[in-house]
Amino acid sequence: MQRPHVLQIQKTCDQEFIKRVERESGQQVSKCYQCGNCGASCGYTFDFDFPVNQIMRLVQLGQKETVLGSRSIWLCANCQACTTRCPCNIEVARVMEALRIMSVAEGVVSKKNILLFYDEFLNLVRRYGRVFETGLVARYNIKALKPFTDADLGPQVLMKGKLALKPHKIKGLKAIEEIFKRFESHRGK
Amino acid sequence: MLKRVAYYPGCSCEGMAIEYDQSVRALCYVLGIELVGIPDWNCCGSTPSHSYDPLLGAALAGRNLAIAKSQGLDVVMTPCPSCLKALKTANQVFRERPSEFLDVLGMPFSGDVRAISVLQLLYEEIGPNLIQKAVKFPFKNKKIVPYYGCLLTRPPAFAQFDDPENPVSMDRLIEAAGAAVPDFPHKTECCGAALGITQRDVVMRLTGRILEMARAVGADAVAVACPLCQQNLDLRQDQVNRALKENFNLPVLYITQIIGCALGIDRKTLGIEKLAVKTDALFQSA
Amino acid sequence: MRIGVFICQCGTNIAGTVDTRAVAKKAMEFPDVVFAVDYMYTCSEPGQKEIQDAIASHRLQGVVVAACSPRMHEATFRRAVKKAGINPYMFEQANIREHCSWIGTDREANTRKAIDLVRMSVEKLRCNQALFSTQVAVNKRVLVIGGGVAGIQAALDCSDGGLEVVMVEREPSIGGKMAKLDKTFPTIDCSSCILGPKMVDVAQKENIRLYAYSEVEAISGYIGNFKVDIRKKATYVDWDACTGCGECTQKCPSKKAFDYFNEGLGTTTAINIPFPQAIPKKARIDSDYCRYLTGGKCRVCEKICPVKAIRFDMKDEIVTEEVGAIIVASGYDLFDARVYGEYGGGRYPDVISAMQYERILSASGPYGGHIRRPSDGREPKEIVFISCVGSRDISVDRPYCSGVCCMYIAKQAIMTRDHIPDSNCYVSYMDIRAPGKGYDEFIRRAQEEYGVKYIRGRVGRIYPRGDRLVVQGADTLLGVQVEIEADLVVLATGVECSAGARPLAEKLRISYDQHGFYMESHPKLRPVETNTAGVFLAGVCQGPKDIPASVGQGSAAASKVQALFSRDTIETDPQVAYVNENMCIGCGKCEQVCPFGAIRMKTLRDGSRKSEVLETVCQGCGLCNATCPNKAIQLRHSTDDQILAEINTLFD
Repeated sequence: MQRPHVLQIQKTCDQEFIKRVERESGQQVSKCYQCGNCGASCGYTFDFDFPVNQIMRLVQLGQKETVLGSRSIWLCANCQACTTRCPCNIEVARVMEALRIMSVAEGVVSKKNILLFYDEFLNLVRRYGRVFETGLVARYNIKALKPFTDADLGPQVLMKGKLALKPHKIKGLKAIEEIFKRFESHRGK
Repeated sequence: MLKRVAYYPGCSCEGMAIEYDQSVRALCYVLGIELVGIPDWNCCGSTPSHSYDPLLGAALAGRNLAIAKSQGLDVVMTPCPSCLKALKTANQVFRERPSEFLDVLGMPFSGDVRAISVLQLLYEEIGPNLIQKAVKFPFKNKKIVPYYGCLLTRPPAFAQFDDPENPVSMDRLIEAAGAAVPDFPHKTECCGAALGITQRDVVMRLTGRILEMARAVGADAVAVACPLCQQNLDLRQDQVNRALKENFNLPVLYITQIIGCALGIDRKTLGIEKLAVKTDALFQSA
Repeated sequence: MRIGVFICQCGTNIAGTVDTRAVAKKAMEFPDVVFAVDYMYTCSEPGQKEIQDAIASHRLQGVVVAACSPRMHEATFRRAVKKAGINPYMFEQANIREHCSWIGTDREANTRKAIDLVRMSVEKLRCNQALFSTQVAVNKRVLVIGGGVAGIQAALDCSDGGLEVVMVEREPSIGGKMAKLDKTFPTIDCSSCILGPKMVDVAQKENIRLYAYSEVEAISGYIGNFKVDIRKKATYVDWDACTGCGECTQKCPSKKAFDYFNEGLGTTTAINIPFPQAIPKKARIDSDYCRYLTGGKCRVCEKICPVKAIRFDMKDEIVTEEVGAIIVASGYDLFDARVYGEYGGGRYPDVISAMQYERILSASGPYGGHIRRPSDGREPKEIVFISCVGSRDISVDRPYCSGVCCMYIAKQAIMTRDHIPDSNCYVSYMDIRAPGKGYDEFIRRAQEEYGVKYIRGRVGRIYPRGDRLVVQGADTLLGVQVEIEADLVVLATGVECSAGARPLAEKLRISYDQHGFYMESHPKLRPVETNTAGVFLAGVCQGPKDIPASVGQGSAAASKVQALFSRDTIETDPQVAYVNENMCIGCGKCEQVCPFGAIRMKTLRDGSRKSEVLETVCQGCGLCNATCPNKAIQLRHSTDDQILAEINTLFD
């Protein structure tokens, strides 16, 4: 995502966006005094386009497009370092999660491969009730057009009996399917 | 002291972390704790379900808690910190958005089933003293570093277990097993988590840092309590070596395997041979 | 009774939303009211004269003024009516501003409410009685609690003014935190050079009696007449005999005693004098480390002391002093950096607090003024200073700014660059607070003249790499994570209330806020007074501040005491509790609830137990009246009848 160079605040500040982020994350972003502790603690910052404290700043200034289209929110691993260290008791990781969810809803996900992985994961849960790891890696690799990812690990996990070759279907699949369906209809509202 | 808990293994314990499951079961058997498997348990949703709405993950995880409750159990133990987070979040979402949660879950839910990690069970319920008394084969003259991972003790208000910056529960358990525990600064630094497949370079860097620090403090092995951490540090150690031009050769064992060995449970039962990095040096007396 | 009612317009403050003329007109209908008028500014001189003229011409016996809150001008109006010959307690003030006109803009509703409020005041006034103050003698001696720079200044000012001073200091020497500092900002004055002469003055002035290594045990009494029990803690050395020669410290075999003055860096001997400029310069035995007191062996100091001053059988002693006023200058403590697990304080020896660094910088410190790493004694070349450790941080329950850390960190960085010219100093900060004279220029000097690198952003974590420490911080101005490999890390720990501040406040019967800092009477206008008569505050015990402010408050508190003692007697407030002995059943509940110890039970000649109020101690809070099951104890000027009269008239 491009870093803005001249901020026409009055034109680009989306107050509704700020309110929505606060509602979904349960956090009050005006409490953040931009100390940078979250950014200093973040282990993933080396690959972010905006360090997490700047994501908070962008939210404070209502820069919806920049934030939802950023790489940072998708490279975040939810490791809780930021939440643990925030002196203002803000659960920063929850803000990042809320932004991830909103970017999916708005269809502006920057790291499509990560969303693909999550979607394949959830498809398997829906189909079998448990994650069939082999299937997950296989399906992801194919769909991401990276067929040889982790192929080097294949032989040893196979030999050590760590690779299930067939998925285990749970009995309560119907209940799982209904959870998904009810969630989708709830989300549709 | 808890003698009977519901057991939620989590999906990785059926696959990549099968030896974790084996060692948990074997250890609990020897320590006299009855693990009641949650019948027909389903995947908790883990990180992926959180990309749409915490509600989906909460409902998926919540089903397992509801089943446990219906079996008359109030405590669920899981060896996977990510599953633990999902189970606890189910209770949290139930408290914050009860009607929405129940709508999606579609079954009765009490919200009072407690979820704990295997580490919590071993440290708080059984305790290092009891374990030390039962040790038959202490890891004499061996240095094992405790790697807790990012979720077991963070954030403190949610985890409500040990310390978020310098936890000591695993340290004490390793000491009870007879090994020395050098001061390890990266106890709760994230290893790269679930980004192993999608963003391997990130995992290489973060896991590499942890292995480097373990080597720098003179570790003979690393103890873990998370299937994903174990996978990144052990299974991917070769990949790390290639990516960072390193030659790490550190065995990475589950804490349950370490204690199990010290108590005299045979290594095959504990799944030692399933580990990627060879452990022979660790078991040779110094 | 003949009552006059005066409705104030207060410019447009009241008249803007209340029809004051209508209120005055309605007031004429109230019982006993013979005169009612509205006026623009009643508190002004002409306004007061109006009241006084009306009292004379209409032969008024009581006055109601409906205006602002009594907290603003009750004293003014009481003085005004007193001048016109009416007892000041035959006056009532109805609050039709803060409680009425300022609330909303509905003129009709406000006017109705103002009428009700005035009627209530009239009914109360009809039940009022004239009250008279009494005079009590003042003991012109002052107690100063705390021998830091604020307490020292207060003591010296009182002493210069001819008053007798009793000073109590908890540590073995006076000087407080300032005595531990090497240099002070922004002048880089040597701290002991500027404080030392004042400390010596305290010791040598005839009218200052110093109790060092002592604590306040109990306080009773009231303004002008306090009785203070002081615990002189056992030093195991007779301070009347001890000359401070230091022979004992040379020969003491117990060399691993915790060095409190040097913040735990290095060790000291069990018998020691805390620092060379200590006042009193006397030795003290730390019983935790003395080989004789813990294990029964040694007594070397006793043998070699040239004046035979050692007293192993010494016990704590309680002495009593009587004073007329108390100045509390009990100072502060510094935040314990070990709370921040991510910084490694207490875990890694080269992560130290700023006060520890101050001792390292000091020539009389553990390393003789040479900057060395505590771990290996090496001279550090890369030093990182971290601001706001335990300040501005809600997550550790310290939301406030400590006010001095930005300045002292700049000072320490400048001193470091001075001592070690090839060193690199980094300061991690969120904001810079430098409001005093020459303060901002000092911060600029650190960066421009001394090349200290200021990095805007907090530090997330510190961990060891080899024998150095990796500081993982942030530069939010650039939007990057910053990594610095440091030899030494200094944490700017913040100010917190002193250990024991809360129990001391309870002995003094003064209030403290949620952080344990003592409450002043008014944050803007009365910063050195408390709501407890005769007790004054000075220094950081009232809130974080720097040395000039502490010294200023020390002098301010002294001047309050001087004013108090300028007369030989003081007037008491007659709005105190009193007991109707006929109704008192002697249950003693009032004595138990009184926060000021102003109630005593007494036995009458017929054997019955009754409650008795010490009028000079009573602060008029009314808790006793609320507690009494028989309503035997009443509060003058707020009796049950008076209050009920106000309430009942509303339902008529």
